[in-house]
Amino acid sequence: MLKIAKERLNDLYAKINESMGLFIPIKKAGEVDYHIWGEGKEVSLETLKTVKSPKNMFFPQSENMMKFKTEGKNIEIIDVRGEKRPFVLFGVKPCDYKAIEVLDKVFLAEPVDTYYQSRREATTIVTLACSKPEESCFCKVFDIDATAAYGDVTTWLDGENLYWQANTEKGEALTALVKELLEDSDDAAVKAQQEATKAIIDKLPYSNLDLSKFKPENLNELFNAQEWTEMSEACLGCGTCTFVCPTCQCFDIRDFKTNEGVIRYRCWDSCMYSDFTLMAHGNSRTTQMQRFRQRFMHKLVYYPSQNDGLYSCVGCGRCVNKCPQKLNIVKVIKTLGGKNND
Amino acid sequence: MINETLIPKVGVVTDIRKDTPDVKTFRVVGTDGKKLFQHMPGQCAMVSIPGVGECMFSITSSPTNEEYMEFSIKKCGCVTEVIHSLEVGAQVTVRGPYGKNFPVEEDFKGKDLLFIAGGIGLAPLRSVINYVRHYRENYGKVVIVYGARSKDDLVDIEEIQTEWVNEPNTEVYLTIDRPQEGWDGHVGFVPAYVKELGLNPNMTAVLCGPPIMIKFTLAGLLELGFDKSRVYTTLELRMKCGVGKCGRCNVGDKFVCKDGPVFRMTELDELPDEY
Repeated sequence: MLKIAKERLNDLYAKINESMGLFIPIKKAGEVDYHIWGEGKEVSLETLKTVKSPKNMFFPQSENMMKFKTEGKNIEIIDVRGEKRPFVLFGVKPCDYKAIEVLDKVFLAEPVDTYYQSRREATTIVTLACSKPEESCFCKVFDIDATAAYGDVTTWLDGENLYWQANTEKGEALTALVKELLEDSDDAAVKAQQEATKAIIDKLPYSNLDLSKFKPENLNELFNAQEWTEMSEACLGCGTCTFVCPTCQCFDIRDFKTNEGVIRYRCWDSCMYSDFTLMAHGNSRTTQMQRFRQRFMHKLVYYPSQNDGLYSCVGCGRCVNKCPQKLNIVKVIKTLGGKNND
Repeated sequence: MINETLIPKVGVVTDIRKDTPDVKTFRVVGTDGKKLFQHMPGQCAMVSIPGVGECMFSITSSPTNEEYMEFSIKKCGCVTEVIHSLEVGAQVTVRGPYGKNFPVEEDFKGKDLLFIAGGIGLAPLRSVINYVRHYRENYGKVVIVYGARSKDDLVDIEEIQTEWVNEPNTEVYLTIDRPQEGWDGHVGFVPAYVKELGLNPNMTAVLCGPPIMIKFTLAGLLELGFDKSRVYTTLELRMKCGVGKCGRCNVGDKFVCKDGPVFRMTELDELPDEY
């Protein structure tokens, strides 16, 4: 294990930034999100939950896919995909890291989404283990260990040092790049922090939710559950949950006319919106109950059914904090997840 | 640059046939004059007019047609409206093929086949029917039941009346919803007609048409003794990507774009009723 004193972190960021882009939680206008680092920026590694998850780094909220130039009847398609500059995504929390694995299974499945893949391959992910989980956290429910070594490099932060451990080839390469700033360390401080954090996690209110009912064989029974009506009654269909969610990956593809031709772009979309499934001849989900049900069934039943039981929720708790109507996946799990939720 | 399924190819419209007051069939080739890509019957493609939008359509021509692809498109929304205004020589973009095809080389082989279509539902079936005609010796008897609102709404009527009816070991039954001057054929809805015809329940059936027609026709077939595991249909939901990633065309844990659009009735029975 390696370490760097906390007060030297700025040197570490500067060193990485010499040869690669660096995205890191930065405070801007009172809110912390992943932004590109620069001297004088207010880095906030301690912030547990950035407003948006780092999915934005691989699957931007809006991205141009191609251009069309039309002359008379002729259409020319211009590929706007470029080489992606290598960058480091620094300070990713374990839940958000696991969410990237959920996205990988969608975007890197055949046929591979090259827009996502090029960013993913250009990125070295440095995770930061949790030390101060909050009440809205429930990653443990999804077998995520918030103290464990995920990502290309894992770091642990305490009052004095940032501890550093490379896990992959990419991680080793990054370590080599900054090795002059790192010094050897034993893992006593990390071990102590891991134990303390796990003790907190065990006592969190949502740490022991029962998911046992969410099995592919119960798909129809869960779909037809009477409780969806009451659970979804207050839903405004605002889509906030889908935008802050680190695993929500639905997108729209649209065209935008400019003076230099048509740009086809994709952007985040939300299954909570009424026009999400609207067609010229009808809509398969006409009520907010159906849309609400779709979102949670997808995360807890449909996605796992297609991905060897992996849930499409990582327990980050953003939806718990952000829903204006106080609806969230925890309530759904408590209602339908199994009898041990009582 | 590496291949990306979401980036289409440019296609040229080389022929437009007006089938009905609101259906046109567009013949499309690549800019090199050749067919854009290979497909199998039942598969779909995304056709787009840049700046207007992109929509999924079934490829109505048979894969055995080596020269071009055809799309029968009903004017019913903002993209299809613009597609209908195209003239020969216009360019569009096309990507695909997407989805699972009819099991023409597996389950259909050696079987007697019953095709039942309503209105524009003929579009995906025409691809299979012409494929079966091309490899006629691989299949048994073929029965086609096709209905539309009026005689003017029957798609591909010329091909049906000049080619399909003359195919050996093939029966074609046409019907329209209401009596009409100049029509001496059958009058009545498809589900009722199917029951009247007293079809052999050992046939493998393929249904395509409006949901209401499928529902009642299926009920009729079951009454006649058809086995649900040998009845196929296609689903249609809103799509953006075509490859199971954009997240909107799922029914339960299946994506219509990737796991469909062709489904066995027994497969649909296992899915939630949300399509």
